[in-house]
Amino acid sequence: MLIINSAGLLLIALIVWWFWLYKPKAAQLENNDFIIVVENGTYTPSRIILPANESVTLQFLRKDASPCAEMVLIPDLQISETLPMNKLKKIQLPAIAPGEYDFHCQMQMYRGKIKVE
Amino acid sequence: MSTSDSKELTIEGAGCASCVGKIEGALNKVPGVTHAEMNFAQRSVTVNGSANTEALIKAVEQAGYNANVNMAESDDEALKEKEKADFAYYKKLMRDMAIALALGIPLMAYGLLGGAMTVSTTSEQIAWLIVGLLTLSVMIFSGKHFYVGAWKSFTNHFANMDTLIALGTGSAWLYSMVVVLIPEAAPEMARHVYFEATAMIIGLINLGLALELKARGRTSEAIKRLVGLQPKTARVIRDKQELDIAIEQVLLNDWVRVRPGEKVPVDGKVIEGHTAIDESMLTGEPMPVEKVEGDTIVAGTINKTGSIIFKATRVGKDTALAQIIGMVKRAQNSKPPIARLADVIAAYFVPVVMIIAVTSALAWLNFGPDPAIAFAMVSATTVLIIACPCALGLATPMSVMVGIGKAAEAGVLIRNGEALQTASKITAMILDKTGTITLGAPKVTDLVVANGFSGSEVMQLTASLESGSEHPLALAIVESAQEQGVELSNVNQFKAIAGQGVEAEIEGKKLLFGNEKLMQERGISLADDMTDYVATAQQLASEAKTPMYFAIDNQFAAIIAVADPIKEDSIAAIKRLQKKGIRVVMLTGDNRDTAKAVADKVGITEFFAEVLPEEKSQKVQALQKEGEIVGMTGDGINDAPALAMANVGFAIGTGTDVAIESADITLMRGSLHGLADAIAVSKATLRNIKQNLFGAFVYNVAGIPFAAGVLYPFFGLLLSPVIAGAAMAFSSLTVVTNANRLRFFKAHKD
Repeated sequence: MLIINSAGLLLIALIVWWFWLYKPKAAQLENNDFIIVVENGTYTPSRIILPANESVTLQFLRKDASPCAEMVLIPDLQISETLPMNKLKKIQLPAIAPGEYDFHCQMQMYRGKIKVE
Repeated sequence: MSTSDSKELTIEGAGCASCVGKIEGALNKVPGVTHAEMNFAQRSVTVNGSANTEALIKAVEQAGYNANVNMAESDDEALKEKEKADFAYYKKLMRDMAIALALGIPLMAYGLLGGAMTVSTTSEQIAWLIVGLLTLSVMIFSGKHFYVGAWKSFTNHFANMDTLIALGTGSAWLYSMVVVLIPEAAPEMARHVYFEATAMIIGLINLGLALELKARGRTSEAIKRLVGLQPKTARVIRDKQELDIAIEQVLLNDWVRVRPGEKVPVDGKVIEGHTAIDESMLTGEPMPVEKVEGDTIVAGTINKTGSIIFKATRVGKDTALAQIIGMVKRAQNSKPPIARLADVIAAYFVPVVMIIAVTSALAWLNFGPDPAIAFAMVSATTVLIIACPCALGLATPMSVMVGIGKAAEAGVLIRNGEALQTASKITAMILDKTGTITLGAPKVTDLVVANGFSGSEVMQLTASLESGSEHPLALAIVESAQEQGVELSNVNQFKAIAGQGVEAEIEGKKLLFGNEKLMQERGISLADDMTDYVATAQQLASEAKTPMYFAIDNQFAAIIAVADPIKEDSIAAIKRLQKKGIRVVMLTGDNRDTAKAVADKVGITEFFAEVLPEEKSQKVQALQKEGEIVGMTGDGINDAPALAMANVGFAIGTGTDVAIESADITLMRGSLHGLADAIAVSKATLRNIKQNLFGAFVYNVAGIPFAAGVLYPFFGLLLSPVIAGAAMAFSSLTVVTNANRLRFFKAHKD
């Protein structure tokens, strides 16, 4: 039982580390625009780095027919847009201060992070 | 998004990538264009600069292609495309569901009818192996999207609903396969298979998603109706010929003909003919509105009686209808503050559920009865499957979507979720008198002239004096004088005295026009041997008229009384507000007696009179200090600071000519019933959101511990993973269905 309990606790620790503590690499902006593909329940790339105090255009390409993929929200910037299927949707971000900004679907099942630095 | 310096055109006839350079080159040569960039994949081009659309279209045509303004029409196409995509996805989900249930239902029936779901013999082992492989094919065919989604999220360090379904069904299948392939790995009592659970859960969740998709479609009915108002073609007059052209090709200043029964295609100004226009679809106002030369008309309304020609003043994304659609869409996508807690929970939900599942499995393994491993597996799977973050996440947006759409149908434009939420809590409503309670179109009703002066002289001088002012009272005097054929004189040294009136000089005469205070300050006597003019003015004021004193060369000359008729339904609408327990307060720059007379007529007991424009926001603040949540209603132009200061600012529109960006809530029609409607819809929506959030919280808070088996020690109850799957599938459907109930809400019936 000791092994099983230790394995269980290790699994919990792994869940905490993998989903909350680990800081994965973020994609860097190139040519002042990004294409974020919405497919299979995820945004790819899901973590992006943007320059501070510069207006940037994000482009979303939704390939996921699930209604959950239909909307993308950036609550801190009060942005909320509908994504058409298989069409690029441009979202102009204002110049923003350094920090981390989440973007996600209405139900927060599709999630991503914008790091502004 | 198209702005004044950025335009989007749709290009037709561009068949190869080399066309891009040609089109961009042609556009870049148009004077005023700073940059043109074409998206070949979308056949669209974005043009920056000040060049007009007509010049851009011409340049593209000269280059050998066709161009159209990329405009509101795309809303219609986007909706159709969305419906098509949704239907295809619905069919896929239903097919996936049918396949999964085709395996799951017979298996479950077999178990319920007493069939052994265990592995004891070699023949059972072989039979269950075949079932296990069939289940695997169901997982791949009908549940692939869950597993791929879960894996992709996992690699991105995120967890979502797919993660829970994949882990739940995957672990049930894996456990069963271990039992089938290596039975001795599990104690004899634990050699149970759960293939039916895997297949049933996949089937039920696909069914839930399909039904949710259908129900979601109904939540956007209001937008569909608004988009449907936009006609597809317009009849324009070019080179003296009438042509039917696509709506995208109508240009600014085009002359457009609309015949009786037709929809107005773009916004414009009538230049020939007269008619009655039905604007009910935008304003909620059932009576058609008379339109004559010079009047504005808006896209989407219906021409009822006469044939008219009008000049297009706003086309494409600039029309009032396109702006309303844009605003309603933005508002529907916004979230009220009440959603914040649910959002925070949703962000941490899935990993927390995974931890609970592991903890529950460990608890069963340590303290559970035999076969502990089977109990551990069942409880962990059930916890993963029953947890529903979607219901939490959907609780607010679905209701906001329906509620804001419902308000738009009643001619009430709510700017965002926050305004919606605050409007539901309003305890005091301040109503500006002129143009809000009254029609805002005053007329001269009385002229009392002092001895030694003539009525025509008074009218000529006062009308000249007021000719430069846009104040409704001034307009009433000028109009009245013009009706009498009076010619206006030049005004010198005009000076407005805030809150009192005006002074000026005409043909050497010093003129004063304003209230009693102005006359007193200048030492002008308001009585002669025969008459006390103050008493006369008071008498007029008590009849809800606004009396103004006029003096020539420091001598009292006349009283002009102006009355602004109270809107037909103001009394009923104010009663509705008061019935809701809202403290209704009237605000006016008018004198006390007139204010009292109007307040008495409409049933308001509390009012502020003689309020200077800049004092309006102070009155809002005063009520806020008393602890009230204040709504302020004004015309949206003169009352901007007070509207901004109020917890919710209501701009009352006159017809469809509204400044929809000026307030939290815009009432498209002039009636005060819009206020009661807005508050009723807000209250109903908030109630709906609370029901949804309560349901979603309770479902998860009660369901997860139940699934983990907390009731087992006391009552021997343990939830089946299949029941958990059904509960999970229908929890989000319940939320969407409850939000859809709002569609049947009738504001007027409150």
